[in-house]
Amino acid sequence: MEKRKITVAVSGLNNIDSPGPGIPVIRALKESSFFEVRIIGLSYENLEPGLYMRELVDKSYSIPLPSSGTASLLERLRYIHEMESLDVIIPNFDAELHSFIKLSSQLKSEFEIETFLPTQEQFESRHKSVLYNFGVENEVKVPFSKMIFTANEIGSLKNEFTYPLVIKGKYYDASIAATPEQAINYFHKISAKWGLPIIVQEFVSGNEVNVTAIGDGKGNCIGAVPMRKLYITDKGKAWAGVSLDDENLIKITNRVIGNSKWKGGCELEFIKSKEGEYYLLEMNPRFPAWVYLAVGCGQNHPEALVRMALGEEITPYESYDVGKLFIRFSFDQIVDLKDFEKISTIGEL
Amino acid sequence: MQINKNIAISESGFIFNPSNGDSFSTNQVGLEIIRLLKDDKGKSEIVSELVNKFQTDSATLEKDLGDFFLMLRNFQLLNE
Repeated sequence: MEKRKITVAVSGLNNIDSPGPGIPVIRALKESSFFEVRIIGLSYENLEPGLYMRELVDKSYSIPLPSSGTASLLERLRYIHEMESLDVIIPNFDAELHSFIKLSSQLKSEFEIETFLPTQEQFESRHKSVLYNFGVENEVKVPFSKMIFTANEIGSLKNEFTYPLVIKGKYYDASIAATPEQAINYFHKISAKWGLPIIVQEFVSGNEVNVTAIGDGKGNCIGAVPMRKLYITDKGKAWAGVSLDDENLIKITNRVIGNSKWKGGCELEFIKSKEGEYYLLEMNPRFPAWVYLAVGCGQNHPEALVRMALGEEITPYESYDVGKLFIRFSFDQIVDLKDFEKISTIGEL
Repeated sequence: MQINKNIAISESGFIFNPSNGDSFSTNQVGLEIIRLLKDDKGKSEIVSELVNKFQTDSATLEKDLGDFFLMLRNFQLLNE
């Protein structure tokens, strides 16, 4: 079968100790059996390692930070599209998704660029601050949580929570606080980095298990692979993990994706308590950085996303390999100063 | 008492529990006990199988087997 040639722009090239999903998504697309993919990297910082991975990223462009607003992003994408004729864009950062969702219909009507993103309503519904309601609506247990806006509110948390509890940032970061003093400390630390509000969540003990999944937006879960972290970095990121055989977890994932009619990739983070109950801790609205494990297990989720973005009807994956491990590694790329200069000065590489 | 049927055991004594991702290593004796459990043998049957193979008495074997079962339960490899 001759592969269709397409150009896909991908962000999240920060393949660092807390990696973005860009490079794993690109690896998955490069291994597609349907497409021959030219990859355009979209970067926010000049030291994102993916910028310099020439065997994976064919050309890169810097794009404005989400705080610059959608107008400047659209202008930049217009220019990139003129240069590269993009077919699909896969944004991979939580913080940029709002802008891309907002621009998705315009990208399609003006430039014929496809995306495959959740609706704004879906995106907001799984936000950490309203996850408890999301759990009620989708029949999945979620630890009780509430938003706080000042450190002064921590004193009164004892009326609703018992310690330890979890202090979480709006987009990233979470720390377990055993005392109010620790909670105040984490409040300041996390809010300084990610802003307000801070989410306070009931602590549930057990094993963390995560699922990478993809929905077609019509209530079908196209693929799902559960994983348990085997090696966790000091930032709480998986450095190694193994795919699991867990029917209940797949059932819950199908229910969440089905009920919410989720469109696009996502990661569901659960705690499995000692009693065998599953608690949804977070639903991330994009592929996780370990999504390449799904490819290794026989489910190419990024490829499925691109096929659906291009209007293809696809049948859901029905199986995956259990007991496959991913083990990350780091290595030093040697980069010519000229390359760093190019991306730093003209914003292209 | 039942060993989790879906656990994978290799010839080398490597055990993988696919439902939670845990992995363990055991020696040849442990491997044999787990195989007997997989064949739905009870404690007394396992004792009589092993007592002929090793230079030990039933009482010692029963005690050691009890300790091993406790470990298997703690590792969620054995159900009541």
